[in-house]
Amino acid sequence: MAAAADGHGGGGGLDPLHQFEIYPILSINIGEYDVSFTNSSLWMVIAAVVSYLIISRGVGAGSLVPTRMQVVAETLYSTVANMVRDNVGDAGKKYFPFVFTLFMFVLFGNLLGMIPYSFTFTSHLAVTFAMAATIFVTITIIGIMRHGLHFFSLFFPAGAPLATAPILIPIEIISYLSRPVSLSVRLFANMMVGHTLLKVLGSFAVMMGAAGILPLGLLVGITALEFLVAALQAYVFTILTCIYLHDAIHLH
Amino acid sequence: MVDDQLDKRLKDLGKRVKSAQAKRAEQTGASGGGRGKPAEGMAVGVRITVEMIAGLAVGVCIGLYADKQLGTAPWLLILGFLLGAGASFANVLRTARELDARQARERQAAIDRASDE
Repeated sequence: MAAAADGHGGGGGLDPLHQFEIYPILSINIGEYDVSFTNSSLWMVIAAVVSYLIISRGVGAGSLVPTRMQVVAETLYSTVANMVRDNVGDAGKKYFPFVFTLFMFVLFGNLLGMIPYSFTFTSHLAVTFAMAATIFVTITIIGIMRHGLHFFSLFFPAGAPLATAPILIPIEIISYLSRPVSLSVRLFANMMVGHTLLKVLGSFAVMMGAAGILPLGLLVGITALEFLVAALQAYVFTILTCIYLHDAIHLH
Repeated sequence: MVDDQLDKRLKDLGKRVKSAQAKRAEQTGASGGGRGKPAEGMAVGVRITVEMIAGLAVGVCIGLYADKQLGTAPWLLILGFLLGAGASFANVLRTARELDARQARERQAAIDRASDE
């Protein structure tokens, strides 16, 4: 979010979208494909490492009276464990590691993006859509493996008259296909909008001189809100994964 | 001797935690639940908006692509638009129903916690 601190360009030429720019840190080309290690990849690695450290250090102690780190790790764990239990049921236990990994990755992607000069990889549709598409394909495979062809009864609500099938089935199929779209667009839009807003307000604070204290005050509030949004969107992303998983396992 | 003391302290702590939880449940129950949290309200709004757009977008995209492949423009686009709109409504209804269910569950949980005491 770099916010007001980032004064590049100077004199009203602040570009609120500059923060989303991806640049290669290490250029790698395999054949025709550009697989460079970018700032986006760097922050993904950092997110993975940070979440690994928090969990491993928190669980490592394992004492009865928890250390601070242990409280953090246990809270994160139990949040997701409860979510999976409430939304998927006992059959979902098997998929807990998958859901938990997703939650940690998105949560730390969002939270680390709040550090000035950092990069929020969840503010790119390519990243969120890749995650959503992976979830979508995985869950569809899980559903087909568990139920075989019976899985496709998901596309016809039980109890509807047979005559409505020609309309209902296409609608249900489109609705099912729209899941990865809505899942990815929601996360991407929330992060992108929040960070752009912060930057725009930050540039106001710079340009308005002494009166800039007003947007600066607003910025404090919005920053707090942004932290909330970061955690909440990670939560929503995971809870929707759980709901889709529930549909695939229990077929309504 | 030491164990006895520890036991007593643990019980005391348990009692204090319970009473604090009951008080908390009372307070959150009284405030109407779910209101007054701007970030959460925004999350619900964005969620329903995106749900609406996604269904329509997928329908229209399928229509456009099929038209291009089959050369039947603009009929499949129109069909895709209509079906996409239907899917959007289905999505929104499903989301609303699910949010309602969750809210009811949370309220029930708060009442249960309060009546445990």
